[in-house]
Amino acid sequence: MIRSSIAVKVRELTKKFGDFVAVDNINLNIKKGEIFGFLGPNGAGKSTTMKMLCGLLLPSGGSGSVGGFDIMKESEEIKKNIGYMSQKFSLYDDLTIAENINFFSGIYGVDKNRKRARMEWVLDMAGLQDRRNALTKVLPGGFKQRLALGCAILHEPPILFLDEPTSGVDPISRRNFWNLIYEMSNAGTTIFVTTHYMDEADYCNRLALIYRGRIIAEGTPNELKQKYMTRYVLEIEVDKVVEAMEIIYRNGIETAIFGSLLHATVDNIEKAVPKIKKLLEESNITLNRIERIMPSLEDVFVTLIETS
Amino acid sequence: MDESAIKTVDLRKVFGDTVAVDDLNLEIGRGELFGLVGPDGAGKTTTMRLLAAVMEPTSGNAWVAGLSIINEGERIKEHIGYMSQRFGLYEDLTIMENIIFYADLHEVAKEKRPPKIERLLGFSNLTPFKDRLAGRLSGGMKQKLGLACALIHTPEILFLDEPTNGVDPVSRRDFWRILYDLLKEGTTIIVSTSYLDEAERCTRIGLMHKGSIIMKDSPSEIKKSLGMPMMEIWPDDARNAIAVIKKVEGVKSVSMYGNKLHVALAKRELVETIIAELRQAGIEIKGQREILPSIEDIFISKVEGQ
Repeated sequence: MIRSSIAVKVRELTKKFGDFVAVDNINLNIKKGEIFGFLGPNGAGKSTTMKMLCGLLLPSGGSGSVGGFDIMKESEEIKKNIGYMSQKFSLYDDLTIAENINFFSGIYGVDKNRKRARMEWVLDMAGLQDRRNALTKVLPGGFKQRLALGCAILHEPPILFLDEPTSGVDPISRRNFWNLIYEMSNAGTTIFVTTHYMDEADYCNRLALIYRGRIIAEGTPNELKQKYMTRYVLEIEVDKVVEAMEIIYRNGIETAIFGSLLHATVDNIEKAVPKIKKLLEESNITLNRIERIMPSLEDVFVTLIETS
Repeated sequence: MDESAIKTVDLRKVFGDTVAVDDLNLEIGRGELFGLVGPDGAGKTTTMRLLAAVMEPTSGNAWVAGLSIINEGERIKEHIGYMSQRFGLYEDLTIMENIIFYADLHEVAKEKRPPKIERLLGFSNLTPFKDRLAGRLSGGMKQKLGLACALIHTPEILFLDEPTNGVDPVSRRDFWRILYDLLKEGTTIIVSTSYLDEAERCTRIGLMHKGSIIMKDSPSEIKKSLGMPMMEIWPDDARNAIAVIKKVEGVKSVSMYGNKLHVALAKRELVETIIAELRQAGIEIKGQREILPSIEDIFISKVEGQ
């Protein structure tokens, strides 16, 4: 039972491994029904935080509750009230699809008279009605991912933790997957998700960015783009993107390719624009357009990491 | 020697009753950065394995660096580097020990090793960590070590199977900078990816679906192939706007990119109708402009149209 409108709340949560502080005094408040995106580079503390919230790892310090249960003392209760899907889709490859669903029904203690209905629900949701007796290992990534999601929510948990759920899944499957996430959130499920796809981060209601164990930014996607971005982003359209990127980058301006365009991150527009124009001109690169744009979440992410 | 780095003729691979690669005809020139793009199960990994001569085709043939994959597979391995999705790093060996292991495997002469290793560690920014165990590296660093190992014998052709899966945006930028450096030195690179923004960075893309390449061209040519105008619309409530826009006649597709929408239209003038409909539904527009479709737009329209 969720006892308040807050689904996840932690105060000064800390985890140390020996001398290494993996998670350093973090605070989080996640509302019921919210889609909360947890971003950060590899090794920043995302998975460690998630494991503590799921009752799989005991914190070294701090306090918190998940679904109203104490993360220090009630980890068994927490496990019954959450779903957890890891990037490895923990399915058994040598079991059939139906066998996997049955297996997870057993683990999560799904009520006997609900079992059949839940199995059909998962098969429908994953588009696997005709393939229930096929071995799981023959499924393409997108189907496996939906099956893994179905298995993680067989017991209809009010809070769902997703650890890079769309890693290595093609764009169409990713879109379908996010439609499912939205439906669940509309129905009241709280979603806590980590991802490296910045377009997906934009689909979240709220985001936190963790780096070296600390939360360095928090807010809605729009707040992050406005509040935390102290530098400006220029969008540059040229005829030779790769060459232009190299020249600008080698002259000390953070630059990256976005599709067929460049994004340059600068402190001072008045100085940077003429400098870039000159660099391109000297290299005989045709500049079609250079203008200031609203930064993308990827610009924000990279800037925050590099300046902290 | 042949001008092309790779040439396949009716290359086919069948597993049971699944045709993984379906009579593929593909030619990749030297010095290209060729992106293999497609949905899961399209045959990208199988194609790479066939070309890296680690798997035999059911029929057809392919030449890699001028050598046939059927009877010259062992010699091909001297000319290529191959980084698979589950690249074999030894987690209980250090970075340096992993690289030496691959140098042994490829029989790189002892006296040639020190400058090569120094260079590989340098461009992958791994020099300060060379004595760290591979098992203790972050995802992005593992990826760069994998690449360094695949490059130890200075291959002229490099196969990378989804190299940036699960790698954060900062590390992805680093990784691509390394690829551009290799490209400048003349290395041919074949990369498969499910990040379509990365596909746009390739010199040429092959869009793979059900074992065939259904389209191959430069990113800019591929983007022109949609054949209708594409508008970017930025409403204050993108999710609810989709349903409204889909009902407007002449709208071919709507997809969400972050908080913006890409809308393919039969004709440009329909934008006015869309804006009016959105206002009617209480949704405000923060901006709109005509754009070139992204590779993802093309990907979705081609694959869903099949």
